Amino acid sequence: MIINHPLLGPRDAAEFVYLGDASLMNRPDWQSTDAGNQFYEYQYLRDNPAGELRELWYHEQGDRSWLVVTRNTLTHAISKVELARDVKLQEINSKTKTTAAAKKGKKA
Amino acid sequence: MRYSALKVFKEAMTGHKGWEPVWREPEPKAEYDVIVIGGGGHGLATAYYLAKEFGITNVAVLEKGWIGGGNVGRNTTIIRSNYLLPGNTPFYELSMKLWENLEQDFNYNAMVSQRGVMNLYHSDAQRDAYVRRGNAMIMAGVDAELLNREQLQKECPFLDFDNARFPIMGALAQRRGGSVRHDAVAWGYARGADSRGVDIIQNCEVNGFVMDKGVCKGVTTNRGTIKAKKIAVCVAGSSGKVMSYAGMRLPIESHVLQAFVSEGLKPVIPGVLTFGAGHFYVSQSDKGGLVFGGDIDGYNTYAQRGNLPVVEDVCEGGMALMPMIGRARLLRMWGGVMDMSMDGSPFIDKTGIDGLYFNGGWCYGGFKATPASGFCYAHLIAKDQPHEFAQELRLDRFMRGHLIDEKGVGAQPNLH
Repeated sequence: MIINHPLLGPRDAAEFVYLGDASLMNRPDWQSTDAGNQFYEYQYLRDNPAGELRELWYHEQGDRSWLVVTRNTLTHAISKVELARDVKLQEINSKTKTTAAAKKGKKA
Repeated sequence: MRYSALKVFKEAMTGHKGWEPVWREPEPKAEYDVIVIGGGGHGLATAYYLAKEFGITNVAVLEKGWIGGGNVGRNTTIIRSNYLLPGNTPFYELSMKLWENLEQDFNYNAMVSQRGVMNLYHSDAQRDAYVRRGNAMIMAGVDAELLNREQLQKECPFLDFDNARFPIMGALAQRRGGSVRHDAVAWGYARGADSRGVDIIQNCEVNGFVMDKGVCKGVTTNRGTIKAKKIAVCVAGSSGKVMSYAGMRLPIESHVLQAFVSEGLKPVIPGVLTFGAGHFYVSQSDKGGLVFGGDIDGYNTYAQRGNLPVVEDVCEGGMALMPMIGRARLLRMWGGVMDMSMDGSPFIDKTGIDGLYFNGGWCYGGFKATPASGFCYAHLIAKDQPHEFAQELRLDRFMRGHLIDEKGVGAQPNLH
């Protein structure tokens, strides 16, 4: 498999270490009342789809960046590669925007 | 029809006209007592023991392709029971005992060959770990024997004992381990189940469950809806896919493991050898081919093929262990899809949905477990109680914190 790194171009998958489903980026809130159950599900249960899967790859033999790779588990075809950092920042930005919008809405 | 030397002799005299098909090809009935989903080794063994040991014969085995076409046809045929942890050892030892009587039990030649399994050690620390494992095995009633370098050299003179990086210091041997003719296991169980009234239905793919007020009452398939009192899923490799029809998430990821066979050679390897410093294991089939394999590829996949970096890694392991393997040419290689569980151990359990049972998560150790898996699963289905040797193999063990992690690497399926 060749992973098209957003900064470095096409790289052999053997340069990477595989972690698993990209949902592992979203740690549950440790202060929530249901934290035990949430962490059990986060740590141990997987969707394990036969088809498209977003997953985390670490470029250990390269620039040591974490990537979110969208790959088909039936064909090994890779359709999208993003820096995990960008994915997380986008998520945070969209969250702050929505909370800001909600605050504005309250004031109005 | 019983197989015997007399029968073979009679048939030889009469032009081999009296052989019959080994199992029937029935149409699915509208309703059964038990449906087993998956006609692999474990599914067929489950049906066989349900009929033979627990008297439940109104059973259907549904298989999406042909029986024995999944992982029972894609493994490296090794049997052993050299496990360390209490949740595993009695279970795999039960399996070994069933292997030892299997051919007499189902009257079929499965070529069970107990030629021994040797795990090599390459350092003092590794020897100590193997001593501990061997002692744990002996305490659980399993055979184990520690060989030093000289003893091993007598049996396997071809190994690279003075390898500069990983010199071989000895081995932990289990003499009762060995290999089995994998296809014959599926066929023997199928024949035994069929002759007791079990319907084996091939080319019948399950694509959903019939749920009624939270109770599983049947399955929908490409050949219509089939009802049953109990539905037993036994589809390791595709567990994630099938259980998602019931809305369940599992502590399992699907990974691919590759295996390799060389051209046929005269006998050169006495038993099963495993390299202790890398991931490589090898045995020799009755046809003479060297059967070997190594690590899983390490990423989620449902494709029955792997990638080249692992091929290279396996071959490097082989060369480090026994340089003579470099002279053999590779004949075939293939990949099988594994249920890699979160602690490297399997599941035989109820699901929390009434009427629905689950067997899976065998990682790359499913073949050796086939008889015990079938036996314990049949026990669970028939009595609604786990078999005493499978009572630790539960789906909720992660929630309870009672993991059975032989390697101690945590919830990282591609490291087990």
